[in-house]
Amino acid sequence: MKPNKTNIAAILAAAVAMAGPAWAEGELNIYNWGNYTSPEMIERFEAKYDIEVNLDGYDSNETMLAKVREGNTGYDIVVPSDSTVAIMIEQNLLEEVKPNEMENFKNMDPKWVDVYWDPGRNYSVPWQWGTTAFTVDTAVYSGDIHTLALMFDPPEELKGRINMLNDMPEVINAGLRYKGFDRCNSNKEELREVTELLINAKQYWRTMDYATIEKLTSGDVDLSQNWNGAAMRARAQRPTLQYAYPKEGFTGWMDNAAVLKGAPNMENAKLFMNFIMEPENAALISNFARYANGIIGSEEFMDADMISAPEIVMPADAPTPDFVRPCAQEVTDLYNRIWTKVKE
Amino acid sequence: MTQSSFITPAQQAESDAKLAAAKAQTDADARRRRLQLLSPSVLLIGIFGLFPLTITLIYSFLSPGSYGGVTWEFSTNAYVQFLFEADIFDDTLSFSTTYLSIFSRSIGLALVATVGALIIGFPTAYFIASKRPEQRNFWLFLITLPFWTNLLIRTYAILLIIRDEGIINLGLMGVGITDKPIGILYTDFAVFMGLIYSYLPFMVLPLYASLEKLDFRLVEAAYDLYASRFQVLRHIIIPMAKPGIVAGCILVFIPGLGAYITPELLGGGKDLMIGNLIALQFGGSRNWPFGSAAALILMVVVMLSLIVYVRHAGKGGASHG
Repeated sequence: MKPNKTNIAAILAAAVAMAGPAWAEGELNIYNWGNYTSPEMIERFEAKYDIEVNLDGYDSNETMLAKVREGNTGYDIVVPSDSTVAIMIEQNLLEEVKPNEMENFKNMDPKWVDVYWDPGRNYSVPWQWGTTAFTVDTAVYSGDIHTLALMFDPPEELKGRINMLNDMPEVINAGLRYKGFDRCNSNKEELREVTELLINAKQYWRTMDYATIEKLTSGDVDLSQNWNGAAMRARAQRPTLQYAYPKEGFTGWMDNAAVLKGAPNMENAKLFMNFIMEPENAALISNFARYANGIIGSEEFMDADMISAPEIVMPADAPTPDFVRPCAQEVTDLYNRIWTKVKE
Repeated sequence: MTQSSFITPAQQAESDAKLAAAKAQTDADARRRRLQLLSPSVLLIGIFGLFPLTITLIYSFLSPGSYGGVTWEFSTNAYVQFLFEADIFDDTLSFSTTYLSIFSRSIGLALVATVGALIIGFPTAYFIASKRPEQRNFWLFLITLPFWTNLLIRTYAILLIIRDEGIINLGLMGVGITDKPIGILYTDFAVFMGLIYSYLPFMVLPLYASLEKLDFRLVEAAYDLYASRFQVLRHIIIPMAKPGIVAGCILVFIPGLGAYITPELLGGGKDLMIGNLIALQFGGSRNWPFGSAAALILMVVVMLSLIVYVRHAGKGGASHG
């Protein structure tokens, strides 16, 4: 018995030692959304600085936040969305690495510098930005597509052929925009109207799912609430699809690279932040994930089909994307109840 | 005086004590060995079962933290919220059926799936049990074959088969039975099909284990006594297969009740099931205490119904025995 115990202990110790940062000097641990990181860009970074990059993935800001909050994740870089950056700064989870003093900061498009989630860019740099609106098959519906009415009060040919994102804020915000109400709303009379709107519209929806590309290309639905990059990927397989810029407004979002407080490979993380502000590297991320990046000069290195894509280049008369701030807990609670009622 | 030739009472007592001590020693040894043998499973249950359960229990009595997590403030709100709801629009506290209806929909679907699996699984198990012993392994192998593939992939395969442009609809339209695809996918029926498909082996295997032990001479004897086929089934086969039926139903009902992937993929995500409701609380809804409370309520419901069911089934078995 005894020798066995010792052996097991020894093996465990060895395993822990091996899993630990044995080669910490040349390492960088990135925790990003799944299927969102260009392997080519990572290879360039590894070659340039002789650093080994480890990549791990998450599927929602909440998942990432829950893990990071527990501490000791071993991750250096995370890529939270705009409102989550604000939350993480407020909760003291991010390191103030001052990207605004880095060499490549000059490449950042000035319109992305003074953003509400990180004014002046003391913590984060742009990764990808995009919009959330919807995609319609113009072969099925030939009228004007640039209105949210298609989701909430659809014409006959689209009834029962609609996929909504299974996403509380996106669905409720779309309802608020359609009714012309403010976001992060706690006005009960207005929320009552939105609740009724959603419950009534639900009969026209076939599914509520994040897998928008697959829903559209399989022919399960003809309209889907969608992100612009996903819309572009879906259009590649179903050319009659068109991305709408609804006149009532639509969501804008940006995912941002940031460094976790007390990151084990702090210096490498800073190198990486500077590295992705270089136009050529930002273009590699975009070519992979199919979204715009917020770095001036990256267009030069981007795939030709991206530069002219209607999903990326907004028409001149489209409304400005609406970047929604994180709502107060009180508002989230109200939204939760509306959401549960709608999905009862 | 030599004392070696006979034994004094004192010596007798001493030797008795030694014997007793030795016996106690062996008993203690046996107990220790038993404990040692048990310790891995006790440890496992402790670390991976009781410990997380305790955390869940504690969290369910705390207040939700902003942006997820919990704050250490005692609160029973999570449980109150389950049954009562402050009206969104005028703040009066009233009885709410929202969560109850989500629970009852889930329980209903799991029940229907259990009955469906029993109806399909029973003849299957009987068929296998009535084969020659050397052939049975082959059929059992076929039953367990689906487990070689991940549940997610199997569910996705069903999705491909029943979707509008899937094999079934293309076939129906090809033969000219319908001219438009019939919408099977993203309905409760699709979820029901998915649940049966996923958990059918859990029904067949325990049923087979019971039926395999069935003494077919009893069936023959019943026929000799002019029992009808139905009487044989009702009075001989079903009572003897009862342990298998109970085990199979439990094994299908419980995972069916908490199913997450199947309703999400095949149901279209429009209507919440218990599993999805709980997952939502730890994600977008940022209400961990309520998620914990809902999980515990589900567990209590399952445990209570199990106790009632097993007791009832036990009595039924005894009366037939």
